Amino acid sequence: MSAAAADRPRAVSDIGAAGKFLFWAGVVLLCAWVLVPIYLLVVNTLSSTAEVTAFPKTGIPSFDLGSIQFFLSFQGVLKALWNSLLVAVLTMVLSIAIGAPAGYALSRFEFPGKATFRMLVLMTRAFPLPLLALPIAVMFIRVGLDDTPVGLALVHTTLAIPFSVLITFSIFSGIPLELEEAAWTLGCNRLQAFGKVVLPLVLPGITASAIFAFTISWNEVFAASVLTVQNRTLTAFLLQSLSVSPLHLRFAGGAALVIPALIFIFAVRKYMFAMWGIANR
Amino acid sequence: MNSKTLPYLLLAPATVFLAVFFVWPFLQIAYLAFTTEGGFTLQHFETMAGNWKFWPTFWNTIILAAIVVPLQLVMALTMAQVVAKLNTARNTILYIFTIPLGLSDLAAGIIWLAIFEQSGFLNSMLVGLGVVERPILFLGYQNLWVIFVAVILAELWRATAIVMVILVSGMGLIPKEYYEAAEVFGAGPWQRFVKVTLPMLRPSIQTALILRTIAAFEVFAVVVALGGTTLPVLVGETFNWQFALQDRSVAAAYALVILAISIAATLVFLRLLRTPKGATV
Repeated sequence: MSAAAADRPRAVSDIGAAGKFLFWAGVVLLCAWVLVPIYLLVVNTLSSTAEVTAFPKTGIPSFDLGSIQFFLSFQGVLKALWNSLLVAVLTMVLSIAIGAPAGYALSRFEFPGKATFRMLVLMTRAFPLPLLALPIAVMFIRVGLDDTPVGLALVHTTLAIPFSVLITFSIFSGIPLELEEAAWTLGCNRLQAFGKVVLPLVLPGITASAIFAFTISWNEVFAASVLTVQNRTLTAFLLQSLSVSPLHLRFAGGAALVIPALIFIFAVRKYMFAMWGIANR
Repeated sequence: MNSKTLPYLLLAPATVFLAVFFVWPFLQIAYLAFTTEGGFTLQHFETMAGNWKFWPTFWNTIILAAIVVPLQLVMALTMAQVVAKLNTARNTILYIFTIPLGLSDLAAGIIWLAIFEQSGFLNSMLVGLGVVERPILFLGYQNLWVIFVAVILAELWRATAIVMVILVSGMGLIPKEYYEAAEVFGAGPWQRFVKVTLPMLRPSIQTALILRTIAAFEVFAVVVALGGTTLPVLVGETFNWQFALQDRSVAAAYALVILAISIAATLVFLRLLRTPKGATV
């Protein structure tokens, strides 16, 4: 930017200052576009139940915990929160346990069928995956997994596996094979070399992709609503009660969905671009 | 364990999992949609298309995607360019831009509900500024277009981040020399953007468009949170046929329609934005 401005010697500082101001005004505007709606949700959540339906609104929270108390004491909310957490943790564990070995195999070996497997993983991208919950619901009734956190976690794992395979693939690819080979020559077998050399190096990346799987499950609405009846997750619970529940319940519920997600995105922010960098290929 | 069988052992869990929870349910959906008591039929598709709600639903979904996705591409390109120009506070601003990436569509719908509902923040502002005298009922069936606008804003707000992240990581792959060469030949900032950035970014734009378009066809929770059933969309109708109308075959037919337009969009983008051979970085 500055180099281009230097081509025009006259009034450089003027153009530069005005351009800079416009640029930063744009940046502030874009940040406000992202942050203000979240702030407004927080305002509603931190207001008493009467204030939420009152008019006009000031846009300043009264820090009344009425809405939150109402939300937490509402029939079924705590159970829904617990179910969401349980399903998300199960999804996280399953998607890494199943996805990471595949990612390792893709990064370390050349073998017939590799291209086919990659194709299968990439193909899942072109499919509206949550819709597969419809036939899976029938399948689960047959095997007794219907309306269970485990069943839903299995479906959410399907959503998360393409990501965990591709992410772990790129993480393992970033570790030079020579490090592993050095461990082998020093007397480690494959498993020991993996545990002592590779694992400590990839652990942060794996954690990031696990957290990513957690948020996929935590946020998923459609499959959760299809597959749970008595054991609703928070998203399914909120969706079902949207048309009948009071506003303050919806806003507090929205905040309950948003806050953990914010924390998790903050935790994995460093890896966000590494993850989507591979998603390009 | 030798290195012949090891990769297959590592891939086995993921392959089995995808076969059971991706390939099999997909075949099940096709079977449900095309058969009745064991024989082939198009009856379920006729029931689906014969319902008065089908075509409005279909076009609502297509028009929403056709408006949202191009706007998102423009916004994301702007944000990515802004990030590329930043020296100070780059990481903070990048984090703020990516926040919506971690939020669920349901939460986004609830957040924009806080703005658009009758006692919400938009009405508070309009009345406060004296633009209108009494709060307007924005999200009623009389104002279908306002619901449309609200859904578009919520989708732009929530899902532009993913496009931006893909583009930012794509821009990181463009060699600096290309820009320097363009500058030597006298290209201004806009020319550099059109002649260097856009062509080099082609694979990333392709990935982003495919991912976003498929997700846009799956729009559901945002619409339900903002408009209930006033604005029908394809996934919402799928849900409706599965539960309210209890016809799983028609629901499966709907799912296949979503799948068909998703695959069609993917093929169009693959063809339109294919990278010429030998032109990769």
